[in-house]
Amino acid sequence: MSSLELNGESIELDEEGYLVDLSAWTPEIATALAAGEDVDLSDEHWDIINFLREYYEEYQIAPAVRVLTKAVGKRLGKDKGNSKYLYSLFPYGPGKQACKYAGLPKPTGCV
Amino acid sequence: MATKKFMFVNRKAPYGTAYALESLEVVLISAAFEQDVSLAFIDDGVYQITKGQDTTGIGQKNFSNTYKALGDYEIKKLYVEKESLEERGLTQDDLMPLVWEDEDDDWAEKPSIIMVNRSEMADVMAEQEVTLSF
Repeated sequence: MSSLELNGESIELDEEGYLVDLSAWTPEIATALAAGEDVDLSDEHWDIINFLREYYEEYQIAPAVRVLTKAVGKRLGKDKGNSKYLYSLFPYGPGKQACKYAGLPKPTGCV
Repeated sequence: MATKKFMFVNRKAPYGTAYALESLEVVLISAAFEQDVSLAFIDDGVYQITKGQDTTGIGQKNFSNTYKALGDYEIKKLYVEKESLEERGLTQDDLMPLVWEDEDDDWAEKPSIIMVNRSEMADVMAEQEVTLSF
């Protein structure tokens, strides 16, 4: 178990850096988690993070990468619905890394 | 990898035991292997996809909305046994209108639920190469 220190508060993370309490998420936490991995969140990152949060809200699961890719293509256009684009934003894997910043659990089926 | 016909058979009510949620998680994981996956809902398993589930009274997570994501996972064949519905006083209108979106048809929504009677269900099961019962 680790934690993230933010504005004098300690936010609990699991051993892989995912939020323990999903409801504790704020955009500031996303920014801080990304900064911890030397990532500066751009509008393009936020499009994916916001999409993931909406998907989780609706379906109660973090989508598999394949599903994310297809859904991003539908929502944000074909030029963004491909793994090259998503990996350019999230080099550690769009599922794992983007879900972490979005305060979601690790995607089901993600090893 | 060769594609096989996989069927996940769901026979239990959604809450009270872990079977339904465990089945759903295995189904979502199996989708990553791009197999020909179908689901069967028989006996109390039909309650898993009923509308308007509310788990506030039992303090469990309501995972019924996750079935709506199955289409995104290319799982488009959900066989529901008519007799199981009838025996419980249910009709197809009591089930969530589960659909999948056809990317090749301008994302048109198409129904995933296939109503079959008991003997048709037996035929569908006989066609499977791998059957997992929950």
